[in-house]
Amino acid sequence: MDAQAWTYILVGFTFVLYIGIAAWSRAGSTQEFYVAGAGVHPLLNGMATAADWMSAASFLSMAGLISFMGYGGAQYLMGWTGGYVLLALLLAPYLRKFGKYTVPDFIGERYYSKNARLVALICALFVSFTYVVGQMKGVGVAFARFLDVSFETGVLIGIGIVFFYAVLGGMKGITYTQVAQYCVLIFAFTVPAIFISLQMTGNPIPQLGFGGKTTDGVYLLEKLNQVSIDLGFAEYTAVNKGNLVNMLFITGALMFGTAGLPHVIVRFFTVPKVKDARISAGWALLFIALLYTTAPAVAAFARTNLIKTVSEKPYAEVPQWFSNWEKTGLLKFTDKNSDGKIQYLADANLNELAIDQDIMVLANPEIANLPAWVVALVVAGGLAAALSTAAGLLLVIATSISHDLLKKNLRPDISERGELWAARISIAVAVFAAGIAGMHPPGFVAQVVALAFGLAASSFFPAIILGIFDKRMNREGAISGMIVGIVFTATYIFYFTPQLGGPGSRENFWFGISPEGIGTLGMIFNFLVSIVVSRFTAPPPAEVQELTENIRFPRGSGEAHDITIH
Amino acid sequence: MNAKKNLYWKKNLTYLSILLLIWFIVSFGAGILFADFLNQFKLAGFPLGFWFAQQGSIYVFVVLIFVYVFLMNRLDKAFDVDEK
Repeated sequence: MDAQAWTYILVGFTFVLYIGIAAWSRAGSTQEFYVAGAGVHPLLNGMATAADWMSAASFLSMAGLISFMGYGGAQYLMGWTGGYVLLALLLAPYLRKFGKYTVPDFIGERYYSKNARLVALICALFVSFTYVVGQMKGVGVAFARFLDVSFETGVLIGIGIVFFYAVLGGMKGITYTQVAQYCVLIFAFTVPAIFISLQMTGNPIPQLGFGGKTTDGVYLLEKLNQVSIDLGFAEYTAVNKGNLVNMLFITGALMFGTAGLPHVIVRFFTVPKVKDARISAGWALLFIALLYTTAPAVAAFARTNLIKTVSEKPYAEVPQWFSNWEKTGLLKFTDKNSDGKIQYLADANLNELAIDQDIMVLANPEIANLPAWVVALVVAGGLAAALSTAAGLLLVIATSISHDLLKKNLRPDISERGELWAARISIAVAVFAAGIAGMHPPGFVAQVVALAFGLAASSFFPAIILGIFDKRMNREGAISGMIVGIVFTATYIFYFTPQLGGPGSRENFWFGISPEGIGTLGMIFNFLVSIVVSRFTAPPPAEVQELTENIRFPRGSGEAHDITIH
Repeated sequence: MNAKKNLYWKKNLTYLSILLLIWFIVSFGAGILFADFLNQFKLAGFPLGFWFAQQGSIYVFVVLIFVYVFLMNRLDKAFDVDEK
């Protein structure tokens, strides 16, 4: 059977599985719809969180990015895992004890202010929507390449699937579907990696094979370093010393951003106890780490294999995968010196091969000559990653609208049934809006992801941390901090991103910090402003101070509930 | 009662500071600031700084969370604030 047939079979099978699970775990109440009845086992919640977290970008793009960046790619590896330590230690247990449904809930109650809730609501909507558009686009691309349908049809199929299980099942359906999606995606990511690691180093564990010797007795990384230098690239493992400050800030922005993203935080409302929220973050990171420690190994293998297969080889003899990807335009060869051979070099004037880094994970099994079913598996895995993240984000959007906007602002007297319907309708609308935006993505989607992390880091993270750890923190401090953080971060990003129309150029970066990393500085400003302002204004009311005291001690957490303190 | 609760919170903050210090040292320290220096040492085929940046820091993150869970469960019991 060829890869095409295998793809139909595997993708079809996984979709039937997801829909089956969703039908079995339908939500009956708003509590089930928003937080799965707060009854999810921490281990399963960890898996669901991992699937929710790892998007099409983690699955398809990250290893490719690292294989072209070498050492520097570590900013993504550390940035997108380190935030879970902050979540487990500083946020998850306290937010679980607080026991509400959403991040705007916490901000609104802790800072006794509808305006604060509204600011948080708008940020949550913006961050989640930006993210989900990227996922829908990813789904479209994957379908288009592997099922031979048009990009638009691909997006439509994606909409249909997500619509079915998110609208029906709410958080409950999404959580159990994500558990299945995690299994699919981790299997799909590690199987090819194990094959390739065995092939190249004789070690079945990619994390070890990566530091092992190749068949000719030389360490893989030493060999890769040597080949890179020969072609004029920097050494693969070498530190780029001119970029240290920037790397520090980018890693920080991704970590603090992770810990401030609404769709990640909400996952810790779904477990029964405070104790479970802590351990659940541990499981989540363990499951994420499986992929995140394999990815750099895949990156090094793919880079070595790619150079070995194409460098100085006659163009007439290229393997089949090369021609396949050429058709998509993501791989291009121009014979500049007309010698009929492929020169892959660092020097842009002499280099004859242009490779889109996004194809590395998908092309990797083909480059390594793995069987057709492995190629199909990778496609199913990429779709699982994109769909699980999209569903989690759509739920945050729906909850924000039906719970935070409708129930808490516009129509406080809405019935349980009415709220559940409103949630279903808003998720349906959100799916279609995301699908349409995914079909015609505004050109700036890739750039706004930096904005999403920057905003989460510079607005939510300090507001939540101070709300837990600083009893004296009041409404005035938190709101002015959030505003300063957001405005500074957003202005810097817009100013220095030419794709968003900004006039700034690289030479003028503050301390060499690129827009991706500025969220860290925005966060520091937020902390400073919040603390200073709060010390010069009235302390929060006694009942809020009591609430802050209360969330510090696990006993009496109960179920996620819906009471107001005033 | 209040003194006891304060002590619980203080102990929690001590655990947090130590664990977060380790968190900072392995990632921002060994993985970025001192990576170049550490690269002169080898761990099998890995230059050490590179290993911390792309592998080691992530392993340490996972361990940190499980250590924290263990410490806090013990502390909750000792101070009788755990959930029944």
